[in-house]
Amino acid sequence: MTATTITDATLAEQGTSLWQDAWRRLRKNRLALFGLAVLSTFIVIALVTPWIAPYAYDAQNLDLGASPPSAEHWLGTDIFGRDLLTQIMFGGRISLAVGFVATAVALVIGVTWGAVAGYMGGRVDAVMMRLVDILYALPFMIFIVLLMVVFGRNLLLLFLAIGAVEWLTMARIMRGQVQSLRQQEFVEAAISLGLSPATIVRRHLVPNALGPIIVYTTLTIPSVMLLEAFLSFLGLGVQPPATSWGLLISYGAETMEEYPWLLIFPGAALTLTLFSLNFLGDGLRDALDVRGSGD
Amino acid sequence: MWRFIAGRLLQAIPVILAVITVTFFLVRVAPGGPFDSEKAVIPEVKAALEAQYRLDLPLGQQYLAYLADLAKGELGPSFKYPGRSVNELIAAGLPATAELGAYALLVAVVLGGLAGVIASLKPNSAQDYIPMSVAMIGICMPTFLLGPLLVLLFGIHLEWLPVAGWGDMPGDKILPSLTLGAAYAAYIARLSRAGMLEVMSQDYIRTARAKGLPEWQVVTRHALRGGLIPVVAFLGPAFAGLLAGSFVVETIFQIPGLGRFYVQAAFNRDYTMILGTTVFLSTLIVLFNLLSDVLAAWLNPRLRAQFGEA
Repeated sequence: MTATTITDATLAEQGTSLWQDAWRRLRKNRLALFGLAVLSTFIVIALVTPWIAPYAYDAQNLDLGASPPSAEHWLGTDIFGRDLLTQIMFGGRISLAVGFVATAVALVIGVTWGAVAGYMGGRVDAVMMRLVDILYALPFMIFIVLLMVVFGRNLLLLFLAIGAVEWLTMARIMRGQVQSLRQQEFVEAAISLGLSPATIVRRHLVPNALGPIIVYTTLTIPSVMLLEAFLSFLGLGVQPPATSWGLLISYGAETMEEYPWLLIFPGAALTLTLFSLNFLGDGLRDALDVRGSGD
Repeated sequence: MWRFIAGRLLQAIPVILAVITVTFFLVRVAPGGPFDSEKAVIPEVKAALEAQYRLDLPLGQQYLAYLADLAKGELGPSFKYPGRSVNELIAAGLPATAELGAYALLVAVVLGGLAGVIASLKPNSAQDYIPMSVAMIGICMPTFLLGPLLVLLFGIHLEWLPVAGWGDMPGDKILPSLTLGAAYAAYIARLSRAGMLEVMSQDYIRTARAKGLPEWQVVTRHALRGGLIPVVAFLGPAFAGLLAGSFVVETIFQIPGLGRFYVQAAFNRDYTMILGTTVFLSTLIVLFNLLSDVLAAWLNPRLRAQFGEA
């Protein structure tokens, strides 16, 4: 349809200029750039791990056992003689995947919920946001532990459970944005053109709220990854034979007295990633000029 | 003010009821009964056990009976430890957890508040950057990593402090409290810095300075009260986080507290224990949130006026 193509073109143009502007500001923030660089490197490594990992994921060497870092095993080996670098690379795939997928779940639920509440206003808004308030008061950490226990520990559920917790703040931010946007003339124009509410929300409101959404998404990923690692550490998250940084840290903590490198390297990988994401999120907040959350 | 408190209390009731209901049915629909693991239980014994735990009743009746018990403050018998009630188990674990939480909160408020206020007094100087960088590390370093690292350094390498235990050896409470409190100290440092910076640019601070008050009095008598409101408001969510953190810290340091019981109950599928603890902890968290909101409102005259009108 013609109308769609036009909107698409306009959107793309706005998007580029927003990004150019933000990029100019972001470039001046060294910590954010550092975060971006580390993160991109880790993501690329995670994507190509199956081809570049120095050893096979399940390769054991029981004769070797746990050995400190060396020329053959850059980060050492665990008690089964498995290469730690390989383990960290494969674990990173899962940790990052949980971070991104669960955040995407939170993003979709939160943005939709907030946009609908903000757009409809009135009683619908009151009921929807009151529900968010009530959910906010629930002790979710306890609930996730409960969910993982009750339904067995599968990865898909982990995505859903974490995503289902993290959407609340996103909904609040989105609602605040939509509430202020919908007073503006271009929305009135869209309404008088006879566009359906769903189209208005999708085509006009969400793109204009992109800044806060991106910033908050960047800051949600680290908290999601932390949650995954927390659960895996307790033995309620990712299960062997799969691995994740949280699981590696928990193994490392068990044997740290004899083999400290098994704790330190996975810990460094996780901490560095969380650092990078937080710095990048803070940097983006400044670059996109997003004020505090919309509630 | 009283209306505000009453209103918040009324809001808390549906939350707690929702927690009870959701937890109850989640636990009941879980695949695998608690007595499945015991091999070949005689049918009569199994029936007797199920009658004792009311598993033979229809689900709706079980739920109503559980609510009636809760109203009397009874959380029921434990599945895993026959003869002991969930109340007893919670009472056994609570003192250690409460003490650990209190120390951690103390660490968080004192260390974090101090660091934040110090940083805010000279923004964008070394006095600001150093504590704030440490705070950033504190936020990014998960509890379950910080704990083992502290043990490695102070317990194993330097041998200054015991590596585990609670109240068995002198000094064994230091590392767990530090571990649990560190992340919240970091958040509080950031919050109090931001809060103080905002307050210090207000007119009434300029007035206080114009009166000729020494700077430390300006800070302690005029700025702190306003600057620390965000910190007080954060204490409610922080309490919930501390409880969750205590799961990990109690596991690492082998502290016989509620958090460790909860994780064990989760692994043992001790349903009544999971249910009872969830209800108990959730109620605590909801009440603490309420307390922190009321305190923040009381500290903030503008907010107080608003609630007075409403």
